[in-house]
Amino acid sequence: MNAGASAQVLNIAAGAFLFTAVLILWRRELASIIDIFALQGVALAVMVAVIAVDEGSVELFVVAVGVLVVRSGVLPWLLRRALSHAGATRRETRPLVNVVASLLAAAALTLLAYAVSQPLVALDPSPAAHAIPVGMAVVLIGFFVLVTRRLALSQLVGFLLMDNGITAVGFLSTAGVSLIVELGVTLDVLLMVLVLQVLKTRIREAFGDTDLGELRGLHD
Amino acid sequence: MIMPILLPLLAAAAQRLLPSSAVRNALAPCSGLGVLAAAILLAVTVTADGPQTGVGLLRVDALSAYLLIVIGAVSLVSGVATPSYLRTESDLGHSDEAAQRRYAVLVQLFLAVMALAVLAANLGVLWVSIEATTVVSAFLVGQQRTKAAVEAAWKYVVISSTGIALALLGIFLLNFAALHADDSARLNWISLVTSAPQLDPAVTRIAVVLLVLGFGTKAGLSPLHSWLPDAYSQAPAPVSALMSGVLSSVAFYAVLRIKVIADSALGVDFTRNLLVVMSLASLLLAASLMLGQRDYKRMLGYSSIENMGLLALGAAIGSPLAIAAVLLHVLGHGLIKSSLFIGAGRIFQLTGSTRIDGVHGLAGRSPALAGAFGLGVLAVIGFPPFSLFASEVGIATAGFAAGMGAVTTAALLLVLITAAALVVHTSRMLLGRVAQAPASVMTGHAETTRDRPGFAPAPTVLSGEGSTAVLSGATPTTVLSGATPTTVLSGTGSATAVAVRAVPKGTATAVRRPGADVWAMVGALIACAVLGIWAGPVGTLLQQATVIVTGMAP
Repeated sequence: MNAGASAQVLNIAAGAFLFTAVLILWRRELASIIDIFALQGVALAVMVAVIAVDEGSVELFVVAVGVLVVRSGVLPWLLRRALSHAGATRRETRPLVNVVASLLAAAALTLLAYAVSQPLVALDPSPAAHAIPVGMAVVLIGFFVLVTRRLALSQLVGFLLMDNGITAVGFLSTAGVSLIVELGVTLDVLLMVLVLQVLKTRIREAFGDTDLGELRGLHD
Repeated sequence: MIMPILLPLLAAAAQRLLPSSAVRNALAPCSGLGVLAAAILLAVTVTADGPQTGVGLLRVDALSAYLLIVIGAVSLVSGVATPSYLRTESDLGHSDEAAQRRYAVLVQLFLAVMALAVLAANLGVLWVSIEATTVVSAFLVGQQRTKAAVEAAWKYVVISSTGIALALLGIFLLNFAALHADDSARLNWISLVTSAPQLDPAVTRIAVVLLVLGFGTKAGLSPLHSWLPDAYSQAPAPVSALMSGVLSSVAFYAVLRIKVIADSALGVDFTRNLLVVMSLASLLLAASLMLGQRDYKRMLGYSSIENMGLLALGAAIGSPLAIAAVLLHVLGHGLIKSSLFIGAGRIFQLTGSTRIDGVHGLAGRSPALAGAFGLGVLAVIGFPPFSLFASEVGIATAGFAAGMGAVTTAALLLVLITAAALVVHTSRMLLGRVAQAPASVMTGHAETTRDRPGFAPAPTVLSGEGSTAVLSGATPTTVLSGATPTTVLSGTGSATAVAVRAVPKGTATAVRRPGADVWAMVGALIACAVLGIWAGPVGTLLQQATVIVTGMAP
C-alpha cells in the first residue's frame, strides 16, 4: 500500500471512529448503541491495522486483530448479555441533557479536542499523528456520555467510549507502548467490565432496577 | 525482590485452599508480617547497596522500599484486626463462610497488586497495577451487599476508573513526548528521568496534568474525590484501613514519581501550581464537610482527604524538608488512620449505628476501645508525641521557608478547622452518660437509626471543653483523662447489659470480647509515637528517598 492510500484509509477510519461516537450520543435505544459501539471497535482495529502495514510490523498486526476481537466482539457481547438480563429498562428515556444539546456539546468538545491537541500534532507531522485529535474528541465525548446518562449500562458504554478514544490516541501517537502494558490494559478493561456487570446485577437485586438516577443514598 | 508480591499471592492461594478457618484466620496477620519483613530486608539492601533491578519490570530504590514498609506496617495492623472482625461479623450473622473466604482471598490479592505498584520499574506496569487495585477492591467495598454498599462500590469503580483512564491517556502522551526526545526512551523511570529535560514542554504539560489528576483521583484528591467517603464508610473495617492507609499512599507515590519527571522537564512552578490548587481544594472540601458531619466513618474519610491535601501541599513545596515530612506523614497517617478505621468498625459492631449521635458514652462501655480511638484522633490532628506532629510542623516550616506563606497559612487554617470539628465530633461519641446508650439492633443500615426518638444531645459542656482545650494548646491528656475515669467507673456495670441488648441472638461475648483489634490499634499508636520521637533506621531510608524525589539531601 502506498503512503497516500494508507493515509486515506486511516482518515476514513478515523472519521468513522468519531462519527460512531456522535451516533452513540444521538441514539437512545440501548441495543442500537451497543451495535454502534461494535462498529467503532472495527474502525479502531482498521486504524491499528493501517499503522501496522505502514510500519511493516507483524506484532502490531496481531495487536490489531486482538483489538478487533475484544472491542467489536467480546465487549459488545458482554454488553448485550447484560442488556438481555436488564428487563424493561432498554431505553435511555431521561438523559440529563437532551439530544440536541448533546450533539451541540459533541461539536464543541471536538473543537476543544483539536485545540488541546495542537502541540501533539506539531511534534510529529505524520498522518497518524494528525488523527490524534479525533481520539481526544472521542475521549471527551465518552466522558460526556458518562456524566449525562442515568442508566448503568449507558454509563458503562460511556466509559468504554473513553477507553476506545484513549487506545486510539495510544496507537496513533506511538504505535502502542510495550506489549506487556498493552496486554495489562486490555485485561484491566475486561475485568472492569465484568466487575461493573456483577455490581449491576447486585444493584438490581438491591434496588429492583438499575436506574442510577435512583442511587442517592450516599451524600453529604 | 518479588517476595512482597509473592507472599500475599501465596497467602491468597492458601486462603482459597485451606479447609480450616482457624489456620486461615492466622494467615492475615502472618502475611502482613511477611510483607513487612521482606520490605525491611529490601530497605536494608537498598540503603547499603543502592537501587536494585529485578526481572526487567521490577526495580526497588529507597522510595519504593519506604512505601513497601508502609504497606507492610499497615497490612500488619489490618491483618491483626481481621480475625476478630470476621469472627464478630459471622457471630452477628452478617457474613457466612464462603463470603469470608472470598473476602480473605481478595484482601491478599489487593496487597499483592499494591506491592507490585510500588516495585514497578515502568510507568505502564504501575498503571496496570493501580488499575488492578480498583478491580480487586471493588468487591471488597461491596462486600456487605446492602444498598449503600453496592452504591458505594459502583461509584468507586466508575469514578476511579475514569480518573485512572485519564492517567493512561497521560502515559500515552508522555510516551509520545519521550519517543520524540530520545529513541531509546521508554516508560522506565530511569530513562524518563534522564531524558526529561529534552521532552517537548507543551506535550509534557498536558500529560502531567492528566497524570496528576488521574493518580490524584485514586489518592482521594479533589476534584475527583467523591467516591472516597462512600467507599471508606461502606467497606469492611480492615479494608477501609488498607484503603485509607496504603492505597491512597501508593497513588500518591505515583504523583511523586510524576513530579520528579515534570520538575526537570517543565521547571518547578508548573507542578507546584497544579498541586497547590488540588491541595487547597481538598482541604477546603474536607473542612466544610467535616463541620456538619453526622456519620463517623465518613468523618474519617474526610479526614483522609484532608491529609491527602496536606501531602499535596508538601509535594508542591518540594524542598527536601517538605518531601521528608511528606514521606514521614505517609507512614504516620497510614498507621493512625488504619487504626482509627478499625476502631470505627469495632464501634459499629458494638452499637449498630454509624451516626455520631448514635454513639454515646463509649468511654464508659468500652474504655480500651474509646481510649485508643480518642488517642488516635488526637494523633491524626497532629498532637505530639505522634509522628504526624513532626511531619505537619515540617511541612508548615518548609512552606514558610519556600516563600509560600499565604498558601501555607490558608492550609493551616483549614487544617485547624478540620481538627476542631474532628475533636468535637469524637468527644460527642466518647463521652456522655452510658444510661442513654442506644440499644439499637444490628441492622447494618445507617438510615434505620435516623428516626429513633431523640437522645439528649451530647453533654455539650464536655465536648466544648474538649475542643477549646485542644485549640488553646493544652495537653491532650486533660481531654481524655478529665472525663474517662468517672464514666468508666459509673459505666462498667451497665456495659454488659448494653452489649447484650445490642446483639440479637445471645452472642454477646463476641462483641464484648476486647479483641485483637484493640491491640492492633494500640500497637499502631505506639509505633507512630515512637516514630515521632525517634526515627531510627527509618531516618536513613527517608533521607535517601528524599534525595530521589528532590535530588538534594534534607
